[in-house]
Amino acid sequence: MGWLLAAGILVGGCAGQSATPSPAATPASATPQSDASGSAPMAMAGMDHGHQMPGMAPITIPPGALITEADVHFMQGMIAHHAQAIYMTRMAESAGASPRVLKLASKIDLSQAGEIRLMQGWLGDYKQSVPDTSSWRTMSMPGMLTVEQLSRLAEARGANFDRLFLTFMIQHHEGALSMVDDLFAAPRAGQEIDISVFANDVHTTQTAEIGLMHQMLEDIPE
Amino acid sequence: MRSTRPGFLPVLRQLAPALTLVASVAFTPLVASLDAQTMPSPTDPRNNLKFGLNNAGEAIEGMRLLGTAPKPPAFDSMSGLTFVNSDMAFKGNYVYQGNFSGFSIWDVSNPAAPKMVSQVPCVTSQGDPSIIGNLLFISAEGGGNRNDCGKGGVTDPADHMAGVRIYDVSNPAAPRLVKNVQTCKGSHTHTVVSKPSDKTNIYIYVSGSQGARPETELAGCKSGDDPADESNSLFRLDVIKVPIARPQDASVVTGARIFTGLGPAPARGGRPRAGRPDASGNVPAPTGPRNCHDVTSYPELGLLAGACGSYGILVDVSNPEKPRRLDAIADTMFSLWHTAVFSNDGKMVVFTDEWGGGTSPNCQSMHPLEMGGNTMLTIGPDKKFKQHAYFKIPSAQSAQENCVSHNGSLIPVPGRNIMVQGWYQGGVDIFDFTNPDKPVELGYFDRGPVDGPPADGRMADASRGRGTIAGSWGAYWFNGRIYSSEMARGMDILELVPTAQLSANEIAAAKLVMYDEFNPQSQPRVTWPAAFPVVRSYLDQLVRDGGLATARTTSIATALDAAEGQTGSARRTALTNLAAQVDKDVAGAKDGAKVRTMAAAIRDLANATR
Repeated sequence: MGWLLAAGILVGGCAGQSATPSPAATPASATPQSDASGSAPMAMAGMDHGHQMPGMAPITIPPGALITEADVHFMQGMIAHHAQAIYMTRMAESAGASPRVLKLASKIDLSQAGEIRLMQGWLGDYKQSVPDTSSWRTMSMPGMLTVEQLSRLAEARGANFDRLFLTFMIQHHEGALSMVDDLFAAPRAGQEIDISVFANDVHTTQTAEIGLMHQMLEDIPE
Repeated sequence: MRSTRPGFLPVLRQLAPALTLVASVAFTPLVASLDAQTMPSPTDPRNNLKFGLNNAGEAIEGMRLLGTAPKPPAFDSMSGLTFVNSDMAFKGNYVYQGNFSGFSIWDVSNPAAPKMVSQVPCVTSQGDPSIIGNLLFISAEGGGNRNDCGKGGVTDPADHMAGVRIYDVSNPAAPRLVKNVQTCKGSHTHTVVSKPSDKTNIYIYVSGSQGARPETELAGCKSGDDPADESNSLFRLDVIKVPIARPQDASVVTGARIFTGLGPAPARGGRPRAGRPDASGNVPAPTGPRNCHDVTSYPELGLLAGACGSYGILVDVSNPEKPRRLDAIADTMFSLWHTAVFSNDGKMVVFTDEWGGGTSPNCQSMHPLEMGGNTMLTIGPDKKFKQHAYFKIPSAQSAQENCVSHNGSLIPVPGRNIMVQGWYQGGVDIFDFTNPDKPVELGYFDRGPVDGPPADGRMADASRGRGTIAGSWGAYWFNGRIYSSEMARGMDILELVPTAQLSANEIAAAKLVMYDEFNPQSQPRVTWPAAFPVVRSYLDQLVRDGGLATARTTSIATALDAAEGQTGSARRTALTNLAAQVDKDVAGAKDGAKVRTMAAAIRDLANATR
C-alpha cells in the first residue's frame, strides 16, 4: 500500500470503487500488491485501443471552455495507464531485477506517481470524474498489459524478469506516445496550456526512456 | 535526510558500478563518487518554511532582497499555468519578463520599487523573451495561441500562431507587433545565435517540443520518422534569420539537423547503436531526440550547447546557417536535458535536468541527487564532453513545492565558475562549479510553498485542485544584481552580500562587468577591466584555498593597499614592482596558475594607471 499517498488526490475510481487511503511508504518498500484495489488484476479489456471507461460519468464540457472531451479522456486514460506502469515497477524488487532495471523502475515509479497527482488535480479543477490509482484494472488504454502479460511478468525472475519488464514497458510507453499523438490529432484538443505542457512532457520523457530500454534489452546476456 | 532514508538511496549507493550507465557517446564515462555530492540536510533553514502567497516564510544566505515587483493584475491568477511568469531578458534599465499570457516591461532603475512600463496581454505560452536592440522576440508554442493574441483558443487553424512573435519595443511603453514568424513545431524556447562578423543579421534557433503541425495548417510541415529526411519537420531546430533593420523580412531559412545519426540514448559508454531488429525482423524506429528543449549559444566561441531531451549536444555554430554537431552525451538518469550554461572559458557546461517538467515537487528528501538537478561536463581540446558531478540543492523541499533545477546564468567572479539559478519553489540558488567534481553551494533565497499542506496530512481533497505552480523560473545576474522571475509572485531583485565563501572584493569585481543587453541563453564572453577588486578577488581566493603562503598573501595585500593610496606614476611603479614580485611567487605556490593570473592582473592595472 505504498504509493497512494504520492499519487495524491483520490476520488471515486473508474469502476466506482472507493479508494482506500494508505499510509506512506517508500517506493522501494512497496510491494506489487500496492494499489488501491489490493486484488489480482481482473476485467482487463485487452489491447483494445479505444477509450472505454466503464463506470466513468459522462463527460460534460461547459460551453465556451477551452478543454475538449478528448482532453478529459486523455487525462482520465493516462491516469490508468500510469497506474499500471507503477504497478509493474513495484514488481521489480521482489522479482530480483538487476540493479539497472531496479533503478529505472524506481525512476518510472517516482516520475509517474507525481504525474498522476497532476492529472488528478487537473481533472478536479475542471470538475471532471477523477480516476483513482486502481483504475488500470478496469480501463484499457493503448499499450497496457493484458492479464496474461501481467501474469507472465509476475512469475518471471532475475534476467527473465528484466527482459520481460523492459519489453512490456516499451510496449506500455509506446502506447503512451500514441495517446499523446491521438490527443493532438483530435479537433481543438490539447489547446489548454496545462494539458499541452503535460502531454509534451510525457512524449519527451517516455521517448527517451524507450530508447534507454531498447539499449538495456540488448545488454541482457542471452 | 536523503542519506538515511530507507529505500532509494542505499540502493543508489550499492549501485555505484551501475552508474556507468551515465554515458558519453564518445568516452567511457568516469563519474565522480557520490560521496562528493551535496545531500539534503535535515537542518537546512529552507526546510519547513511557512506557506503563503505573499507572506510565506523566507530563508536567505549570501544575498539580500532589494525588492519584489508583484505580478500585474491581468496576470494575477493562480490557476495552473495560464498566467505564470516565464523567462526574462535584459537591456539597460529594462527587464522584459515573459508570461504564458503575454509579457511585461519593467523599469528597474530603482530596484526597491520596479516600475511597470507596459504590460501586453497576449496568449503566448510559454512566452520566452529575447531582446536585440529594439526587437523583442517572444516564443509561442501552445495549440491555443492565436495570431491576434486573443483568448478562447483556436477554432480556425488559419488563426493559429506557433513560432516567434517579433515586437518593436523602441517605445517600451507601447510595444508594437512587427511579425508573427510561424514554425512547424512552434517555439517552446528560442535562442539568439549571432555571428560576430555579421552585424546586420541575427539568427533565432527555435526549439519546439510539440509535434509538427499538419501541412493543411502550415505549408511545408511534415511529421516523419527519418531524421535525415530534409523535408521532415521533426529532428531539426528551425532557424529564423532576422535582418535587424528589416525585421518584417524575418523568415525560417534552414533547419539545424543536429540529431542525424543519434539513436537511442546509450545506456553505457560507446557510440549510439542502431536498433537491433526484433524477432520479426523489425528495426525499431529512431528514438533519439527529435528536438532540443533549449539551447545556449556562445557566439564568440562559435559554440552552442543543446539540451535536447535525452542528450546534451555540443554544436559548432560558427556558421549559424550550417551548424555541425561535435559531440553528444547521454545520462540515463536525466529525464529531460533542459538548459545549458557555459563556463566563461568555454571549457565546461552545466546542464540541467527538468525531471517532471517543472510542475512536480521533485526536491523532496526521497528524490535522488541524479534526477532533477545539474550535472557538470567538461569540454576537452577535442571538443568532446566528459561528465563530472551532479549538483542538487541540499534542502528538503515539501510536497507542496514544484521543484527541479531550472534556468540560470553565470555570476562573473574572476577566477571562479559561479552560477545563479532558479529552482522553481526550491528558490534561487548560487553554486560554484570551479571544480566540476566538487560543486559547492554559496547562497540561496527561498520562500515557503504558496499552498499549505492538506489539513489531514494527505492529498485527499480533490476540490483543492493541483496546487499552485510557482517559484523561480529563472534567476540571472545582470549588471550587478540578480533578477528572479517568480511564476506566481512576480519578480524578485536581489544582490549579493559577502560571506566566507564569497568576498566583498569578488562581488565588487563581478559588479564591474556591465552589458547593454543580455539574453541569458546567448552568452557573452566576460572580460574584467583592470581594477583593484579583480586583483583582490584572486588574492582572496588564494587565501581562502591556501593557494599561496600566508606570509606572501599578507604582504601582497599590504602592497596593494599602499599602491591604491598612491596616484599616477607612483602607483604605476608600485604595481609594476609588485607584479614582478608576484611573478616570483608562482613557482613555490600551491596554486601557481592563479598566482600567475594575479600577477597579470596587477600588471594590467599598472598599465592602466595614468
